[in-house]
Amino acid sequence: MKRIGIDVGGTNTDAVLIEDGKVVRAVKAPTSEDVTTGILDSLKSLGATGVLAAKRIDGVMIGTTHFINAVIQRRHLTKVAALRLGMPASASLPPFCDWPEDLADLVRGGVWMVEGGHEYDGRLFMPLDEAAVTQAAQQMKAKRLRSVAISAIFSPLDPGHEKRAAELVAAVLPDATITCSSDLGRIGLLERENAGLLNAALADLARDTIAAFEKAIADSGIAAPLYITQNDGTVAEAHQARRLPVYSFASGATNSMRGAAYLSGLADAMVIDVGGTTTDVGQLKHGFPREANSVVKVGGVRTLFRMPDLLSIGLGGGSHVSLDPLKVGPLSVGYRLLRDGIAFGGRQLTTTDVAVASGRLALGDKAKVAHLGAATCEKVFAEAARMAEEAIDRMKTEAGDVPLIAVGGGAFLIPDKLAGVSQVIHVEHGDCANAVGAAIAQVSGECDQIFKDMARPDAIAAAQGIANDRAVAAGADRKTLSTIESEDMPLAYLPGNSVRVRVRVVGDVAAS
Amino acid sequence: MKLRELSLDDIESLAVGAWVLGTGGGGNPYLPLLNMRALYRDGHRVQLMDSADLADDDWVGTVANMGAPLVGQERLTDSLTLARAVTVMERHLGKRFSALMSMEIGGANGVRPFMAAAHLARPVVDSDTMGRAYPEAQMTSVAVGDLTPHPLTAVDVRGFESIVHKVPTWKWVERVGRKICVEYGSVAATCQPPRTGAEVKKWGIHGTTTKAIAIGEAVRRAQRRHDDPIAAILAVEPGRLLFKGKVLDVARRATEGFLRGIVRFDGLDDWRGSAMTINFQNEWIVAWRDEQPLAMTPDLICVLDSVSGEAVGSETIRYGQRVTVIALKAPPIFLTPRGLDHVGPRAFGYDLDFRSVFDS
Repeated sequence: MKRIGIDVGGTNTDAVLIEDGKVVRAVKAPTSEDVTTGILDSLKSLGATGVLAAKRIDGVMIGTTHFINAVIQRRHLTKVAALRLGMPASASLPPFCDWPEDLADLVRGGVWMVEGGHEYDGRLFMPLDEAAVTQAAQQMKAKRLRSVAISAIFSPLDPGHEKRAAELVAAVLPDATITCSSDLGRIGLLERENAGLLNAALADLARDTIAAFEKAIADSGIAAPLYITQNDGTVAEAHQARRLPVYSFASGATNSMRGAAYLSGLADAMVIDVGGTTTDVGQLKHGFPREANSVVKVGGVRTLFRMPDLLSIGLGGGSHVSLDPLKVGPLSVGYRLLRDGIAFGGRQLTTTDVAVASGRLALGDKAKVAHLGAATCEKVFAEAARMAEEAIDRMKTEAGDVPLIAVGGGAFLIPDKLAGVSQVIHVEHGDCANAVGAAIAQVSGECDQIFKDMARPDAIAAAQGIANDRAVAAGADRKTLSTIESEDMPLAYLPGNSVRVRVRVVGDVAAS
Repeated sequence: MKLRELSLDDIESLAVGAWVLGTGGGGNPYLPLLNMRALYRDGHRVQLMDSADLADDDWVGTVANMGAPLVGQERLTDSLTLARAVTVMERHLGKRFSALMSMEIGGANGVRPFMAAAHLARPVVDSDTMGRAYPEAQMTSVAVGDLTPHPLTAVDVRGFESIVHKVPTWKWVERVGRKICVEYGSVAATCQPPRTGAEVKKWGIHGTTTKAIAIGEAVRRAQRRHDDPIAAILAVEPGRLLFKGKVLDVARRATEGFLRGIVRFDGLDDWRGSAMTINFQNEWIVAWRDEQPLAMTPDLICVLDSVSGEAVGSETIRYGQRVTVIALKAPPIFLTPRGLDHVGPRAFGYDLDFRSVFDS
């Protein structure tokens, strides 16, 4: 089994080659403006285009920040036709009603609301007004809209109306890209619809970006399928990611944590990922990051994405250091570290300078930081350790000491002993943990549904069956599936022992 | 009659403060707030009035949604439907309401009367019947006062209109009203049994909208200035800091249509080494510190996000969350023997004599 993992970050494109469970080679290259060049460069320096190209590579897994950056920077977005099936309910809160105005103005191509939708128990809320859907599609055509987002009340329980409306729209607009909110799961109409609208807004960018990735791989001479990593630490085949780019919004942090689990061999541990500017602390459960269950805002839009629960603090390898009074971070020189740090001839004292002075790192010119005495260095390190300890303590969910895996380029700031930590684990290739996490990613399936008048174990089993089928449809090998999350929530004020069950399963990528 | 026009900023604060007073239940006021933003954008405005300015023979309509918060997350919440619950009641009574009022200041229902008021151009009385959120219709000051428990109107966004014309007790209006609500799809806009001005003055819990706005304002100001939002709440509202910690475990079960359960917390900062558990039935009911009862209903137990100061609900609280628990004072009417019969710990099945956390 041979896989390449690539993390396309804002500054660097990291790439690793993993063969039979071992990291064979890891490289960093600057991220390029046109994407393709940066990936091609990293593949070249990985050696993948040379001797390895002849051998079989089983998959190239890419993690990217393109999609989330497009939303945050309001660039490369497609105008969207919003079609909601739920009238007469929800009329006072139409699609885009809680978006930041500037983003809504860019994305809103038109809003149509027609009768339709279901109740929590699967009964019809209103019959689907098919004539109104067709009429809406004709108006979309007149406005030259090509990307359509369809949402319906309780569609995670019964996607029938969304799917039927998609057929009706496709009959009028055969070339349109159509996003159904039920493909994005989760109960909560506005948040699910928002995810659908963002997805539809990324339609053109997803097509172009994934085409660029495919070109880079083809140009490098590698004949391997392309996978895109998702927010939850799993991958989707390229065609799936092209259809649902929102699932690949924020894979960077997840990939780092998954990479940390892999490199250390631990499935349950805390992870501290020390970058240049910030440090993320999270918790691994069964090899996956514990997820945030709350509303996540992306570019100011409320969504219910599967995102890791992370605490970020302003500590990193580029953090500003002032000595009197002692303060580390939150300001950072960021990607200018090799220019602005004192050890590199700059004028800003950073944590990296302190590490060079103390001998923890062999970088830059040690003579330039010779004025920093051993006692001073120790004080700075102690402050960084205290900041890390506090963050770890806040994220811990158990009382005893836990193992901690330290990864990222700034991991030198994490000492071997910390309060509340049983063991600090530094791993080889820890600075490329994100690319490692991409390389080892699996495929997932999820079910989040309400079950009525069913015994709890039956409801959980039913949810598991749905999640399994979805994982297989997404490219997983059924024999390797395992459940990594299962939670059930009895519901208040609903009759008939209603229970909401959420199950997530993962499995290895099926051999093609 | 003095009327105070609320600004949209007041309403933003009301939503934050009402969620704090929701004591874990009542539903997040986010969707009602979105409705109010849209109504204000369209030029609607709402007025707040003091109950003292009501004439004894005025009629007041009490507005609330009934149902499962989860259904509200899908069907959203609609201002015209709430207004219709009120007009159906007026038609049934043959009387015009001079003002509207909140049944439940805690949670989403703390904002909903304003949604109806915007369409009906009536002021909203600065009073409610709970001073917080509670799960059932008999857990109100007007039920403690044994006021007439009918009629009730319940409407659905599709045009259904139901009237519970006559029932003997508040428990019955809850039972029959709940059945209608379930048939509608577990959500209904209601106008609660009508009250006279004299009844509101005598039995209402007063100043609660103003209180919610003040709490919300304190939280939002602290967020802007990066001050401690918890301290900010306690500076505007007499209350007590009970605990700081993180959620260790949440156990939930649904019985008789309610969400019941227990949350366990592990102490942080000054509470390191200490543990707290809180029992809930939609709302937080009893808080135990190191296995001793510390605070209980009708005292308000509020679980707040330690960083943002915003309330954390029993439906969404999850393990690992970092929270601060505070207690706020109960409305005096609930501290009477009759009041405790309706909303004391025994009304929720806890064999505890009520002892206020503010008496210790």
